[in-house]
Amino acid sequence: MMGVPAAEKKILLKVDQLKQYFPIKGGFFGRTINHVKAVDDITFDIKQGETLSIVGESGCGKSTTGRAILRLDEPTSGSIHFQDRDLLSLGKKEMRRTRKDLQVIFQDPFASLNPRQTIGKILGEALAIQNVVPKENRKSRIEELLGHVGLRPESMERYPHEFSGGQRQRIGIARALAVDPKLIICDEAVSALDVSIQAQVLNLLKSLQRQFDLTFLFISHDLGVVRHISDRVMVMYLGKIVEIADKKSIFEKPQHPYTRALLSAIPVPNPVHERERILLTGDVPSPIDPPNGCRFHTRCPFVQDICKTQLPELKRSAQNHQVACHIVS
Amino acid sequence: MMMNQDADKILEVKNLQTHFFTDEGTSKAVNGISFSLNKGETLGIVGESGSGKSITSLSLLRLIPSPPGKIAGGSILFKGEDLLTKSEKQMRSIRGNEISMIFQEPMTSLNPVYSAGEQIAEAIRLHQKLGKKEAWDKAVDMLRLVGIPSPEKRAKQEPHELSGGMRQRVMIAMALACHPEVLIADEPTTALDVTIQAQILELIKTLQKDFGTAVILITHDLGVVYETCDRVAVMYAGKIVEYTLAKEIFTNPKHPYTIGLLNSLPRLDMDQVELTTIPGTVPSPYNMPKGCSFAPRCAHAKSICEQAVPDLQAIGPSTEVSCWMFTPQWEKAYEAQEKVGI
Repeated sequence: MMGVPAAEKKILLKVDQLKQYFPIKGGFFGRTINHVKAVDDITFDIKQGETLSIVGESGCGKSTTGRAILRLDEPTSGSIHFQDRDLLSLGKKEMRRTRKDLQVIFQDPFASLNPRQTIGKILGEALAIQNVVPKENRKSRIEELLGHVGLRPESMERYPHEFSGGQRQRIGIARALAVDPKLIICDEAVSALDVSIQAQVLNLLKSLQRQFDLTFLFISHDLGVVRHISDRVMVMYLGKIVEIADKKSIFEKPQHPYTRALLSAIPVPNPVHERERILLTGDVPSPIDPPNGCRFHTRCPFVQDICKTQLPELKRSAQNHQVACHIVS
Repeated sequence: MMMNQDADKILEVKNLQTHFFTDEGTSKAVNGISFSLNKGETLGIVGESGSGKSITSLSLLRLIPSPPGKIAGGSILFKGEDLLTKSEKQMRSIRGNEISMIFQEPMTSLNPVYSAGEQIAEAIRLHQKLGKKEAWDKAVDMLRLVGIPSPEKRAKQEPHELSGGMRQRVMIAMALACHPEVLIADEPTTALDVTIQAQILELIKTLQKDFGTAVILITHDLGVVYETCDRVAVMYAGKIVEYTLAKEIFTNPKHPYTIGLLNSLPRLDMDQVELTTIPGTVPSPYNMPKGCSFAPRCAHAKSICEQAVPDLQAIGPSTEVSCWMFTPQWEKAYEAQEKVGI
């Protein structure tokens, strides 16, 4: 992006060996009888100004990763460095201050906007909590924010229910922008929108990124959207990273059998786009008791003996391409 | 799969109108649509939220909640007989037997306190003269057919013990248990992950071939239409704007809305710097524009578009479009505007 080679860009966020286990209580005294291993030892980084997407199906841990970075859930272990500070070592107060730089946009804009507050109040609150602009300038700042996301200044006086889904998502974006963040986590931010509206919001996100040098962590299950918005893509399966690469490599030269199956499963309306479909059998196993060895071996069409016993490591297979698979390496 | 052979038509919808009467006014959710379904084919109905596609599917089985909804006019000919004149009792013997339906959310459409097998067996016993044991055996057979592993065991499980993909398979087993002639699938894979979606679509295709069932597939996903349908109707604001062969719509779309929809789709098969969008939003159902309902968002709109609603007209052997651009009036309107100097 913007002419600077990816390698020279500064690393904004570095996630190292992150684990997020959720206890399952049960038995006589409500003891912890097991864990859901939602995110199980993942390491990756995001560079300043880029868009990294996390893709995967339900239960792969993509949303949990986003929540862990914001410390909405307290991670089990690992470290998360944001601008060279370990987020997990910060106290409550410091973390709140740091959240100014880390904003989030959720899937359902209606559920994340208070129905009893006007848009002006909702945005004003974000400004007040982080105290980014003096009180007397807040109104003009809100007008400016609404302008950035393509809403009229009169919208300030209106309530969330008066807006359409696409407009509500714009309000969610304005709220995230309010505090001049550095990193925005978009958790299925356009998934609930119709395609014609989704396209408007995607274009908006891209232009805001250029305008404010934003960094996005984009969580989505829609690979078409991901191809459009990302610089790099990370594929997750059952709490593990199976492949990370720049966009071009992921979509044109996917290496992991799961990535290939995922890409081939999506119906594409193009007669020229002939591909071999890899139809996976069965369902995703339970994250409570994930399979030994490679997590994907129970559904992998190329499974070998080694896959059933040994967990493959995420290894560099080409420049800007890492993959966790015994067969590929 | 020819469009004009009446003998092959199993379902024919003519000028169907479904209205909702609420405090805010009358919403013409389905506003005069006509289409037909041939034996064994798959017709896709696509559109965005509020286009009326789901209300169309519910209307076909007369499942519109009344009040506030009402089928205000038109006819639905199933094997030549109008479903709108049937008694409720006659409808009950058709639903699930000759025409069945699969919904988006299998969890809410399955009864949580009965096992999967019991629910399928109930549907079978309701429509066929079979004993309890035989119906159960048939239910297990159906589960095997839709690809559920160890069906004897799964038949005894309740819906919450099954995964999302498996629940949708149970719904399909139930819908196909009586070998219906028409299957209406309303967003059958929208709630599922793509790898599971691929399995379910493959399953519907195979079963359709085996049973010769005609399928109406309601979806918002153009990729799904491309890969599964023979023909497609694009709906916008309660009307069909384009009705054509499924392949045609991607290679040669006609209506400005269809073109806009295709352009705003982020594509897996190509790089796009910026997506072309359709400006604005869908009009409110209580405050529809007087003319073409897409006119306020259409880049080509002229005064004629704002004044009168265009009819759905054939512009080729298998393509119908409702747009003034494809009518003789368009040229005239164009010349008139030239004269005034617009």
